[in-house]
Amino acid sequence: MAVPVEYVPKTFRPRLSTYWWLGRWPYLRFILRELSSVSVAWFVVVTLVQIRALKRGPASYLAFQGWMRHPVLIVLNAIAFFFVIFHAVTWFNLAPKAMAVRLGGKRVPSLMIALPNYVAWAVVSAGVAWILLRG
Amino acid sequence: MLFSAGGVVAALLIPIQLFLFGLAIPLGWLPGPTYASLLALAAHPLARLYLLVLCTLPLFHWAHRFRYTLYDGLQIKHLNELINTFCYGGAIVGSILAAYLLWRM
Amino acid sequence: MAENIKLEVTRYHPGSDDEPRSQSYEVPLRKEWVVLDALNYVKDRVDGSLSFRWSCRMGVCGSCGMMVNGEPKLTCATFLADYAPGPVRVEPLKNFPILRDLIVDISDFLVKLAKSRPWLIRKESTPPPGEYLQTPEQLDAFKQFSMCINCLLCYAACPVYGLDPLFGGPAAIALAQRYNADSRDQGASERMDVLSHSDGIWGCTFVGECTEVCPKDVDPAGAIQQYKLTATKEWIKSLLMPRGER
Repeated sequence: MAVPVEYVPKTFRPRLSTYWWLGRWPYLRFILRELSSVSVAWFVVVTLVQIRALKRGPASYLAFQGWMRHPVLIVLNAIAFFFVIFHAVTWFNLAPKAMAVRLGGKRVPSLMIALPNYVAWAVVSAGVAWILLRG
Repeated sequence: MLFSAGGVVAALLIPIQLFLFGLAIPLGWLPGPTYASLLALAAHPLARLYLLVLCTLPLFHWAHRFRYTLYDGLQIKHLNELINTFCYGGAIVGSILAAYLLWRM
Repeated sequence: MAENIKLEVTRYHPGSDDEPRSQSYEVPLRKEWVVLDALNYVKDRVDGSLSFRWSCRMGVCGSCGMMVNGEPKLTCATFLADYAPGPVRVEPLKNFPILRDLIVDISDFLVKLAKSRPWLIRKESTPPPGEYLQTPEQLDAFKQFSMCINCLLCYAACPVYGLDPLFGGPAAIALAQRYNADSRDQGASERMDVLSHSDGIWGCTFVGECTEVCPKDVDPAGAIQQYKLTATKEWIKSLLMPRGER
């Protein structure tokens, strides 16, 4: 008599395409959100170049300012600015999800947690702008 | 944790500075600080600390995020060592550079 | 409204097929029909060999999850008329191995679910006399996460689960958080050891699609982010008070 053997079916495992993130808009939006970090790194690089130019004297800083006025730099910085804003907005909107704050037994709506972040952002930005522009 | 801290710093502080130095001042929308006043401002110890934080934490935020984007987006996880070296190495190099530049203003 | 609508259904027979293929069926387009009704029509009247899972047909059992036009859906809750004039593509749930036709192998999920220890863990071995008391506020802290029907639509939506076979996945982690947040449970540290790991909560990159597709509004993404915050707080506490009790 044959010994019963467990039948293991031949399952088919679909391979995920390298371009899976193009398949649906939410996935593309996610990848763009993650790529905003490149703009963040770009800003740091530009700032370090700026600090170095500052240290080297007025002529050097003048050259830096000229470089920043170049159309290619303007375009790059405009793109970077858009992505940095995208980072900030998605960051502030997602932060409340991690914090289940309860007040008086009821869950505080996400907006109430995101809003103070936006306010802080506005205040800090205004402060920095004032410090930089009054000189 | 570095990722979160970097993300907060990037979200709060980078937009305004990028807007001013990257767009508004080069395009002439707003008058920028003179060389002398900017140098004086940047030389202040608090300003140097601010700039140090601004130029290090966001780099680590980028490193972590970009590393995972390369894993997930392009599925090149097998290039693990190369990616890690590039990302975290880059962040470390950038941070050291920032500290070196800001040490003496 | 047109008389019929075309369904393009994945067929796969492990004994004879090397890879899945698509087969078309014309079904009546009735305004109150859901995709599950169309599939049952095919099985009853057109092609009895079509295989698929279903049970309650009212969105509480979690059996009928499939991809409808590329989106993870409960076929008992997805109206056929919304896809008129068609065709409607019905495929097995994404990111799982296909067993046959529209049926997927979910054993990986069951293993990961068990790792989350989705039951009340108490320090004492016998339960205390009487019932556990819980205020409405305490119930509120985890109730949303307890609504999970294990339908696995979130796994189909999660790109990380698709990319990394070791990732625990939205439902398993959300259910761990459901118990962590339950005031009657004392097993948070036990679960933390398992889940505070690159294949656990730290594998999640907060894409957020799991929450978007969840038919019961469980918000697994929110659960996982809460868990990340708790894990970070615990880690800081362990740095500051290494001998403190966890």
